[in-house]
Amino acid sequence: MSNSGSNGGSNGDTAFPSNAPPPMSSRGELPGHPESQRAPNRTLIVVDRLAKYFPVEKGWFSREEKFVRAVDGVSLRVRRGETLGLVGESGCGKSTLGRLILRLIDPTYGRVFYDGRDLVPLGQSALRPLRRKMQIIFQDPYSSLNPRMTVKQIVGEAIRVHKLAATAADEARMIAELLDQVGLRRESIDRYPHEFSGGQRQRIGIARALAVQPEFIVCDEPISALDVSIQAQIVNLLQDLQERLGLTYLFISHDLKIVEHMSHRVCVMYLGRVVEQATSAELYDHPMHPYSRALMSAVPFVEPGRRKLRVLLEGDIPSPIDPPPGCTFHPRCPRFEPGKCDVSAPPLTEVTAGSGHKVACFHPHLD
Amino acid sequence: MPGPLLRVRDLVTSFRTDTGSFRAVDQVSFDVPAGASVGIVGESGCGKSVTALSILRLVPTPPGDIESGAIEFEGRDLLTLSERDMRGVRGNHISMVFQEPMTSLNPVYTVGSQIVEAIRLHQKRSRADAWERAVEMLRLVGIPSPETNARAYPHQLSGGMRQRVMIAMAIACEPKVLLADEPTTALDVTIQAQILETLRELRERLGMSVVLITHDLGVVAEHTEQVIVMYAARVVESAPVASIFARPRHPYTRGLLESIPKPRVRGEENKRRRLTTIEGLVPDLRNLPAGCRFADRCPMKIDECTKAEPPLVTVHDESGKHESRCIRASEL
Repeated sequence: MSNSGSNGGSNGDTAFPSNAPPPMSSRGELPGHPESQRAPNRTLIVVDRLAKYFPVEKGWFSREEKFVRAVDGVSLRVRRGETLGLVGESGCGKSTLGRLILRLIDPTYGRVFYDGRDLVPLGQSALRPLRRKMQIIFQDPYSSLNPRMTVKQIVGEAIRVHKLAATAADEARMIAELLDQVGLRRESIDRYPHEFSGGQRQRIGIARALAVQPEFIVCDEPISALDVSIQAQIVNLLQDLQERLGLTYLFISHDLKIVEHMSHRVCVMYLGRVVEQATSAELYDHPMHPYSRALMSAVPFVEPGRRKLRVLLEGDIPSPIDPPPGCTFHPRCPRFEPGKCDVSAPPLTEVTAGSGHKVACFHPHLD
Repeated sequence: MPGPLLRVRDLVTSFRTDTGSFRAVDQVSFDVPAGASVGIVGESGCGKSVTALSILRLVPTPPGDIESGAIEFEGRDLLTLSERDMRGVRGNHISMVFQEPMTSLNPVYTVGSQIVEAIRLHQKRSRADAWERAVEMLRLVGIPSPETNARAYPHQLSGGMRQRVMIAMAIACEPKVLLADEPTTALDVTIQAQILETLRELRERLGMSVVLITHDLGVVAEHTEQVIVMYAARVVESAPVASIFARPRHPYTRGLLESIPKPRVRGEENKRRRLTTIEGLVPDLRNLPAGCRFADRCPMKIDECTKAEPPLVTVHDESGKHESRCIRASEL
């Protein structure tokens, strides 16, 4: 990989640094696992102990500074060509993590490597060529498109910023092809966002992301605002595009059924931390973390009469400003062991070596 | 056998806008038996919320207008009541829970005092007595330490807790019917499961009927007995829950069911198959097609479908009436 003009970063423009702490142990790869034979195995993104604390003000006069620990020490890898699903409930930090990886916000600590380059120390100008490779699709197709711009301007802007078209005719051709790709009619090129339905607007958002020919797209709740029949259309479109263009996705959603359908591997987040990680089939068949279990059992099933054994959690998600000590899930956990779970935080570890199924729990379900 | 507690008959609610008027609810009929749980499913704009608002006559007029139909509750047609009599029904006999609890609660009063207000509106109780009742209601809906939390302001509670407060307020006068409009849509799945379980318990304990309005077919499958599917202001299918999920008799219902990922067989790998979709878009209510309103998107469309709109007819009547608005229902 060569990025012309990307030497702007003064200290961080290195390939995988040998002096930096090893991003993750070799366990991160899944040698010999069936999943890794299908999905290309090259790591595209390495997230190493990434954290983001947002300061919150506590009263006008109080000097005491408090922080929301939105993301609190997350490590993971995304392989080229795969979809990594990220599930969790509101406030668990999944969207913040997505934005941290793209460096749309700066981390409090931790590192993000994109194709071997550490993004965290890079300045804006050094980031620009990389921004072309990393895009985001937002949840709300209503507020993420400028209402005063036509489809042509919205999609064309990215092409112009990155100087991807030599002539105006070139640009027009590229926009037309993008509209074809996302299933919008070419005639709609001069229309404004309000003239489209929610599903079509999401297609415009996808066309805008694709305009710069990215490798990696963070899909942040891309279908949550859409109706059921339209959701399926967008899910299929995202899968088709991935196959055709070899895209890598970080797919963020609170809809567990869609995440299972979309993802090769899935991470479950709770209060800023990854509590479990496995291939999607393995995770949905054998959730080990008590929180993952509760989450999966809470999803209503489309089969009347088949009411599942439900793990009903007590209480609400604690505030990330003052998270509980030890395992942050312990106040709601049916397997809570006093003196252990509330004292130290269990690390995310692989249960059976080589399985790739990791869980952060002292008492995981192993049945 | 006594008749149903609530009967909605040929309800038509229209809205006038700058770009023309349209019917948001068009000839909708259904029954809610005492103690039953009825689900109304459909996508945004299908008229499910306007149906609920019409039952309580809460549709803002103008621009809205309940044009015709009848809403019979305990033998009276609610549409003929005076506004004063209607106030005696709202919140007392029939109450409603909305999707967004934050906008339905007053931010400057404690949740307890808001429940007290609702109780004292309909019942002659002293303030202290009503407060006690409010605390009891908060306990009933599963709010921890209800005495303390009754003194909390809405912003001090989480979304799930606020929705519980809304439910406590709605059931404080022991209504016979609770209209729940997407009560869990704004909430996380684990909290959704808690709230729906609470509603089920309350229905069983208090013998209350619940009309659950939702777009989530999973919620319908687990928490309702009778299902009404709406599309473009019309009822397109109506059946007992087991019957509709076993064999949907309208292509729209079938399309909805197929567009959700199927549960994977345990142990099988994730194949990431393409989902079946419903192509196209919902028709504009201001400019409806002559025939079936779903015809444009229907994979089973024949010429006849575009000529006249099919009526809602009974497909079969084993273990409850199954109705469909499709001329090819028998082929499904």
